[in-house]
Amino acid sequence: MRKILVIVAALIAPTLGWAAGGAAIFPNDKIEIDWDDKAAMQRGARTYVNYCMSCHSAEYSRYNRVGADLGIADDLVRDNLIFTTDIYGEKTKVGELMKNTMKTSYAEEAFGVAPPDLSLIARSRGVDWLYNYLRGFYVDESRTGLGVNNGVFANVGMPHVLAELQGLQIPKYRSEPDGHGGEHDVIVGFEIIKPGSMSKSEYDNTIHDLVAFLDYVAEPYKQTRRNVGTGVIIFLFGFLILAYMLKKEYWKDVH
Amino acid sequence: MSENNNSKGLLGWIDARFPLTKMYEEHLGKYYAPKNFNFWYFFGSLALLVLVLQIVTGIFLTMHYKPDGDMAFKSVEHIMRDVDWGWLIRYLHSTGASAFFIVVYLHMFRALIYGSYQKPRELIWLFGMFIFLALMAEAFMGYLLPWGQMSYWGAQVIISLFGAVPIVGDDLTLWIRGDFVVSDATLNRFFALHVVAVPIVLLMLVVMHIIALHEVGSNNPDGIDIKKTKDANGVPLDGIAFHPYYSVKDLVGVVVFLILFSVVVFFMPEMGGYFLEHANFVPANQFKTPEHIAPVWYFTPFYAILRAVPDKLMGVIAMFSAIVVLFLLPWIDRGKVRSIRYRSTTFKWLLAMLIVSFLGLGYLGALPSTGIRTLFAQIFSVGYFGFFVGLWFISKNEVTKPVPERVR
Repeated sequence: MRKILVIVAALIAPTLGWAAGGAAIFPNDKIEIDWDDKAAMQRGARTYVNYCMSCHSAEYSRYNRVGADLGIADDLVRDNLIFTTDIYGEKTKVGELMKNTMKTSYAEEAFGVAPPDLSLIARSRGVDWLYNYLRGFYVDESRTGLGVNNGVFANVGMPHVLAELQGLQIPKYRSEPDGHGGEHDVIVGFEIIKPGSMSKSEYDNTIHDLVAFLDYVAEPYKQTRRNVGTGVIIFLFGFLILAYMLKKEYWKDVH
Repeated sequence: MSENNNSKGLLGWIDARFPLTKMYEEHLGKYYAPKNFNFWYFFGSLALLVLVLQIVTGIFLTMHYKPDGDMAFKSVEHIMRDVDWGWLIRYLHSTGASAFFIVVYLHMFRALIYGSYQKPRELIWLFGMFIFLALMAEAFMGYLLPWGQMSYWGAQVIISLFGAVPIVGDDLTLWIRGDFVVSDATLNRFFALHVVAVPIVLLMLVVMHIIALHEVGSNNPDGIDIKKTKDANGVPLDGIAFHPYYSVKDLVGVVVFLILFSVVVFFMPEMGGYFLEHANFVPANQFKTPEHIAPVWYFTPFYAILRAVPDKLMGVIAMFSAIVVLFLLPWIDRGKVRSIRYRSTTFKWLLAMLIVSFLGLGYLGALPSTGIRTLFAQIFSVGYFGFFVGLWFISKNEVTKPVPERVR
């Protein structure tokens, strides 16, 4: 068996390197999301409804569910998180899904592609990607109408809606070998050319909180899942002891 | 075998009309299994457990799921968010699908190392292979139902394989999809097949698998026929009643399995993108092909064989042959000794080659193909088929160790 394992390891080892590689992105940082930090998620929810939601719905999520999970009372949700109206022109009810009023046809005309719903974006893209993407907008005059590009998602159709907070930044490049004998420029840093209302660390924290909210909204029952799971596994370990003792007792007479 | 004359009261009344006691004794109370079952023998009962789990969770999912191109994705998120414990039911079902394959692959591996497919258990093996086939169909069609990007494009790729069939290929794919692309029509028929047709076939095959097993009796890690040595009552000396001995032993296996299963369900339901692929959290979009279409992990070994062959039709043939060759295993292995414990070193090397090839193919099938990876996939494919070719040649005059009369 040991021989077999050695052969398996020797054959698999060179293939592991393949998983790496891919296009270089900048920034390329990792974040930790604390599932217990409701305050961060509340701040993220505020950023979301103020800056994202006019284009990006979260249509699988309900306002009052967000309120209940993040500890925000219904009337506070109504006053601080709901800025849309329903089809009768009345303020959206607190039990409604978090939709917006932008029509797909209009969105496609304006941005070339309809802004995706963000209910599950943290599960399809991952939290690190979102954190980097939202901090990766830089000035690019060649992009007509938008004026910005992104170091994580090149040529994305989204404008830099958070520019008033972050300010505007330009990339710093460095030449690196491209692996085919030539060289190409990669982004290694950003330099703020027009400050926004926030410092760099304030902006990073705001994005962290926004991503924490998106992570929550992608899987609102995550906390419950973990808590129930802990109980289930503790119960099963107790059951295992009993099951094992039962087996031992019965098998005493097998020789 | 006792007749109904022993039982009295309600049981006697039933036994006079239905073989309840008789069936209990044949399959549990007086079914004598070898006493030397080891770790590898847990997976049969675990497969049954997962089957029941899938059926029960599946029934509850069906109560809330909508098989409709516009509503399917939404209804899954509705289950996850608005249905009480819906997330648990859905994760049990999605994790259960992967668990089913893990358990079944280990169950099949057990048959391979202890020769459980050899005479007189060829039919058990064949029924088992049909179960494996039905399970693959079930998993493939079930994966379309959440109607995410990977559901959609995975189905698109696999169905298009049938287009490689000469002459009728295009008509065949059209007939399967019920449309020119994967669409609402495809979703509806896959739903019908996934929740009604295939489960019925699966249950029937499982019953036949168990009846055939209980007719000839279980094999064991020594590959010895325990029915050769019986006591005065006709009970095999090395046999013990399935119930209570193996029912209590399997219970331990069940609890250990449930602990591992719960770790995935409650703490890592996506399993790093292998059990639930990241791209499947994006609704199906027929105008936008994902960058990389990968089948779920349990299909990747066969998918890698498909891609290893440059020609599409030949690739499809190679992929299906990889499964067909398993059906033929009882006749490919011409050996008289069942267990790996008494087989030749050559057999062990061939088996090692099979393990490496199968795992290697599984790993490669999940990645985008490149030149070097295709080369490796080709080598592993040769290794996979090489096991069966090699086994046919060496098993005729294999030099084996002496097999003991009684189990150890």
